[in-house]
Amino acid sequence: MNWINAIIQGLMLGGLFALFACGLSLLFGVLGIINLAHGDLAVLGAYVAVALLPSVHSNALWALLFVPPMFAIFGYGAQRTLLQRSMQSGPLTTLLVTFGLSVVLQNALQEGFSADSHSLSVGSLVTKAFHPASSISISYLRLGILVAAVIILVTVQLFLAGTSTGRQIRALSDDVEAASIVGINTRHVAGVAAAIAFATVAVAGLADGMYAQFAPTSGSQLLLFGFEAVIIGGLGSLWGTLLGGCVLGLAQTIGAQADPTIGVLVAHLVFLAILAVRPSGLMPATVEA
Amino acid sequence: MAEQVELDKRAAATAPARGPRILRSTRASRWAIGPGVVALAVLGYLPYLVDPNSTTTLVNFFILLVLGMTWNLLAGYAGLVSVGQQAYIGIGAYATLWFAQHGVEPFVALPIAAVFCAVVAFPLSWLVFRLRGGYFAIGTWVVAEVLALLTIRDSSLGGGTGTNVPGLDGFDPVVLGAITYWAALAVAVLTLAGCYIVLRSRVGLALTAVRDDETAARAVGVLVPRAKRIVYLVAALGAGAAGALLAISQLNVQPNNVYGVQWSAYMIFVVLIGGIGTLEGPIIGTIVFFVLQQTLSDQGAWYLIILGSVAVVMAVWARRGLWGLLDRWGLRLFPVGYRVLGARSGRL
Amino acid sequence: MSEPLLDAQDLTVRHGQLVALHEVSLQVSAGEVFAVVGANGAGKSTLLRTLAGLHPTHGRIRFAGEDITRESAHARVRHGIAMVPEGRRLFRSLTLEENIRIGQVNARAGSWDVAACYDLFGWMHARRHERVSHLSGGEQQQVAIARALVANPRLLLLDEVSLGLAPVIVQQIYRVLPTLLEQGISMLLVEQDVSQALRVANRFQCLLEGRTTLQGTPEQYTVHDVEAAYFGFTAEDAS
Repeated sequence: MNWINAIIQGLMLGGLFALFACGLSLLFGVLGIINLAHGDLAVLGAYVAVALLPSVHSNALWALLFVPPMFAIFGYGAQRTLLQRSMQSGPLTTLLVTFGLSVVLQNALQEGFSADSHSLSVGSLVTKAFHPASSISISYLRLGILVAAVIILVTVQLFLAGTSTGRQIRALSDDVEAASIVGINTRHVAGVAAAIAFATVAVAGLADGMYAQFAPTSGSQLLLFGFEAVIIGGLGSLWGTLLGGCVLGLAQTIGAQADPTIGVLVAHLVFLAILAVRPSGLMPATVEA
Repeated sequence: MAEQVELDKRAAATAPARGPRILRSTRASRWAIGPGVVALAVLGYLPYLVDPNSTTTLVNFFILLVLGMTWNLLAGYAGLVSVGQQAYIGIGAYATLWFAQHGVEPFVALPIAAVFCAVVAFPLSWLVFRLRGGYFAIGTWVVAEVLALLTIRDSSLGGGTGTNVPGLDGFDPVVLGAITYWAALAVAVLTLAGCYIVLRSRVGLALTAVRDDETAARAVGVLVPRAKRIVYLVAALGAGAAGALLAISQLNVQPNNVYGVQWSAYMIFVVLIGGIGTLEGPIIGTIVFFVLQQTLSDQGAWYLIILGSVAVVMAVWARRGLWGLLDRWGLRLFPVGYRVLGARSGRL
Repeated sequence: MSEPLLDAQDLTVRHGQLVALHEVSLQVSAGEVFAVVGANGAGKSTLLRTLAGLHPTHGRIRFAGEDITRESAHARVRHGIAMVPEGRRLFRSLTLEENIRIGQVNARAGSWDVAACYDLFGWMHARRHERVSHLSGGEQQQVAIARALVANPRLLLLDEVSLGLAPVIVQQIYRVLPTLLEQGISMLLVEQDVSQALRVANRFQCLLEGRTTLQGTPEQYTVHDVEAAYFGFTAEDAS
């Protein structure tokens, strides 16, 4: 693989991590939930596609039409029932609840689908590439995922900034009590935020499944990178998360170009280095005292 | 002059004859001492009474107990919810392996490996303490992953597939099993004693304050970072000892096993089910977990699904765990609190 | 006598073991300013917050003829109760204008809108796109009031609007209240500054440790009576 493609792949991974982390940020910023099951939700999305697509050879791009909406409804429901309840018990509880859910999900997937890897077929798209120069090859799939991730992030950002519901979500993330006394139906708005979070994580899971193999335990890796992206980028900033994701993605692919076995390690080390030197991140919205 | 004497006499006359007394123990804890000693004696004698399979099972029980108690100290008292303690299980196991490969008797290597974990934990604490809450949890997990990835690169330690622990082949298997059992029992008792001492000490009082309100604790002068760091080191020590025991009892060290995040899952479940923030809780939790694991062991991943669900339910609806349900009457077998006797009620 | 706008009976609120309010009753009629005074911890804010819907309570709350005891906080806004909370509690992520606009999400029909607020508080229009964290305490207080106004409430709950503000600023804010009264908005205000409260109130109530100690019009009582009710003196203590 040439270096340009490695950079594209690094940026694509960045977009993927950012898309994944978008849901994470929403859940944390608005609902105060650190969702340790977020990675497993992404993998669940991919497995739902596997289960519902008519055959192994069906083009998984169709799944983008029905899995995210399913997850949006699932997210709204989960928020109104379980998550709302555990939110009232405090941050420690939600951490433990989501961790427990993560374990349940991973093992349930293992029981249902076995521990083997799967992948989502996108037909011939997986090999199609264009060649801007004779030695440079850019994969359509990877570029497409990057573009899709950026579009979705921009859309979410515009929604939060420009719509009434978006403003209500932002108000909710600032002050739940004040939100309720000005007339915001906090439970419903929290549900909408969760729905968006779940829908974005479904897209991230599908995209991840399209370009790489996945197994029931793949969620953990995605979760770690998602959080690292948020931390590198700085809490509270969606664009920071995109930047953080790209830093991680590039670290991983460039590291892998040098030595295929150290890609993931390099990414984690870059994260730890940034944590040591600049703990509030590269583009923080607020700086921790 | 006479006025002063008059005032002093009046003050003396109105002062209480005897001030309030502060007690550390409770009636229940005093009652528990007898049976506790008996239980310890029985446990010590066990290898002579039961077959080697049972002692091996109990070794695993003690390992889990140690992990549960130390995680409880971390999360229940210091508020440090870590999902990365497996880092120190791994380091403890691999350190023991390394020492064994270099001619040190594994049982001798056990305490050295544990201390080594505490030493490694010291600089790492500075790194992970930069994060809070859920981000701290993730940070600890990342540290564990990095350590695992780094360890795998060393082929002399077995690389990705693991390797056997040398130095124990000369032992008769039954004797080895018994000595391993006693080592595990000793580690468990020491950990319990250690946690008890920490919690009874000033650090323990500081931790209780931190647990209730960190900002307020800082405001009254509690050295919060120092207290947390001490707990983090003690927990690393415990996890390291557990890792060393794992290496010895399994005679084999595999990275996926010792560095796996499933250990954090076990620790968390044990503490959640038994009751977070009490010393008695992890003991009950480990017993319940173990019973469940043994009865469901042939069901594959189901026992984890069930355990996970139970833990989730308890986290939301029974926050204080099983011990918490029994604790309605302030039952304490391990007296780490303070009771004030003889104080006058009413306003100051 | 017609039914009062707000009729609260026997409100009892517990925070764990602590009884914050014990069988407190009060009525506010349409077109009046009602003040609740008392020392720190007396339960004034708890009372207001309970009326706004933030605390469940024993007892009964009737508003404009309807029983709203079980209604959620956001539903009460639609009924006509809007609160200006203690400490302003503006939304940091939102600009000045967005903060006011957000008050409209569950508003009743009426004449108060963002433009009307800009007329009332002349300085706001120029700074409407600023972050609220850049505003002074007094300015934030006015934005908080505007946020409540655009819901077109019948009853405005004002929780310690003078807290942390210079006396000059407090005067500025209190000068706005008669305008609101004229427009048909009744007010229930909580104040630690007793003299300020009694200057504007038609009727008042004093709380001490969650219980009502005094109730009536400012003209009925002397300063001494109010002090006694505020601090909990009895006749013997005072001598």
